[in-house]
Amino acid sequence: MTSTWLSDVPSRGRLLLAALLAVLLAAPFVVSSYVLSVLILVLYFAYLGQAWNIMMGFAGQLSLGHALYFGLGAYTAAALYAKFGVTPWAGMAAGAIVSAIVGAFIGALGFRFRIGGVYFALLTIAFAEFTRILFDHIDWVGGTAGFFLPVSNRDSNDLWNLRGDPTMFYYVWLAGAGGVLALCRMLLSSRLGYYWLAIREDEVAAQALGIDTFRYKIAAVMLSAALTACGGVVYAFYYNTLFPEPIFSVARSIDMLLGAVTGGVGTLMGPIVGAFILTPLGEGLTIALEPFQEVLRLDGIKQVFYGLCVVLIVVFQRHGVWPYLARKLGLRQLTGART
Amino acid sequence: MLLDTYVNQIASGILTGLVYGLAALGLSVIFGVCKIVNFAHGEMMVIAMYLALVIFRWFGLDPLASIPLVAAVLFLFGYALQAGVINRLIDVPDHMQFLLLAAIAIMIVSGCLMIFGPDAQNVPLSYAYDSYEIGPILVDKVRVFAGGGAIVVAGILTAFFRWTRTGKAIRACADNLTGARVVGLNVQRLFALSFGLGTACIAAAGCILLMLVDVHPYLATEYTLLAFVVVIIGGLGSLTGALLGGVLIGVSEALAGLLIDPSLKSMFSFGLLILVLLFRPQGLLGKRVQ
Repeated sequence: MTSTWLSDVPSRGRLLLAALLAVLLAAPFVVSSYVLSVLILVLYFAYLGQAWNIMMGFAGQLSLGHALYFGLGAYTAAALYAKFGVTPWAGMAAGAIVSAIVGAFIGALGFRFRIGGVYFALLTIAFAEFTRILFDHIDWVGGTAGFFLPVSNRDSNDLWNLRGDPTMFYYVWLAGAGGVLALCRMLLSSRLGYYWLAIREDEVAAQALGIDTFRYKIAAVMLSAALTACGGVVYAFYYNTLFPEPIFSVARSIDMLLGAVTGGVGTLMGPIVGAFILTPLGEGLTIALEPFQEVLRLDGIKQVFYGLCVVLIVVFQRHGVWPYLARKLGLRQLTGART
Repeated sequence: MLLDTYVNQIASGILTGLVYGLAALGLSVIFGVCKIVNFAHGEMMVIAMYLALVIFRWFGLDPLASIPLVAAVLFLFGYALQAGVINRLIDVPDHMQFLLLAAIAIMIVSGCLMIFGPDAQNVPLSYAYDSYEIGPILVDKVRVFAGGGAIVVAGILTAFFRWTRTGKAIRACADNLTGARVVGLNVQRLFALSFGLGTACIAAAGCILLMLVDVHPYLATEYTLLAFVVVIIGGLGSLTGALLGGVLIGVSEALAGLLIDPSLKSMFSFGLLILVLLFRPQGLLGKRVQ
């Protein structure tokens, strides 16, 4: 297995990847609970960035409404667990299916009516916002008052019901981020992956070659939506509270793509590298500016910083940090099919 | 009696809608000329609203009277943004431009949050509760001022585009970029000018809107989307379309607030946006591009 999908990665790359994995696996035993919570955020952004990247980076379809799929997953699993005692893993499957169907629906509408570029991005925002306001009015899951998962005492970790301490969630996120990286690696060297890249580079040419572009774009949306929904489920069980406003907000959709954009859209390692750069820097900045808390409210400083990072990336390093870093490390192949 | 309520709502919807239209006009100018989709539009409007608020607090100047000053500040902001950053990104893929402006939007919202805090703030006007009685219709004085102000600003902008040399040059850029270059127009400067005009327009809309709603940082996203809804319904790049779209949204929001739950009114707008995107993506008055 390993030999097939890591075969074209240079040995130095394999070594670095193994070292990163070892460090991440060992981290909870060494670091403080604060650092662990930051690492959870890093993995959360890496995972979601990777999921978003399938749609934008691979198939070239810009979504600015991924909070929709995130929220649908979160609410589906949370409602199934709280109302019927269904295990979050079954809830995750249900949430993923719901999101994939909704994604397919939005994608089908957009692609059938030939809504491209900015209009498609707006369509995704419009659906996300529509759903946000809709959930404000669904009293069954709390409406604006929010939906709360029952919090039991955490004597032992219960992975089956996703009830446990941050360490357990850390490993869940790590498994997710690693799993989705491996999945993307396999997809990119599969037939489907090559179709996506062809569509991203030149859709008309891809169509001329006989690729059913509609079908494969829908596949990208569905997969991206389903994976995002799974992330939403873990988020819901980690935080235990769900409000439509932050869950479905445009800001969350933007947050999800920050890591991928910073690291490099369309690259495999980009979302991970981006998450590892942005999150610790943002947290560090908050700590560094704490003395100025009297004059400035610090709630917004991380966002201002993330925004600045994206502006700098777009202006100066538009393919992201990772392609540059990979060149420096001599790891061209890990960047995916972008040449 | 019941009919009166509807007529009143429609009248106030039209007046509010004119302000929405003015806000959308700025977006339309920026898109029509620079082909930039300004994802930070509502955010720029919130900057204008806070500026007008500060001016009111310090000097007691009515938001309507502060329009020229605030518009000038935002004009410079827009000009600098286009000249300094966006003009360098002409060959960048579209989605990178959206991301750039989305990132600027985040910075503005969070910056406002840091400076002004999350609470809603308003301008207490002496005539806030006055109203005019025209036959059976009762309209708020502020709304009349707001709608009137929006028409005046939109009129000035239209006159500028129609009758000045610079206005004609900008229209030339919008119609045929290559042609404009061939006849020797300084396209980069005209782009910056148009972006500045667009932001000045949104600044005027912001000052006027401050009379009608309380300002808080999160208002920004809502109004960015609202401006998009309006221009897409009216047709991107069409000036009359933007005003018409604004009035349409203003009236439908007012009626939605009356007939169904007021908090559902923006859902109504998004539903309308989805329908227009699907069935008439060029907008009601827009020209079919591709």
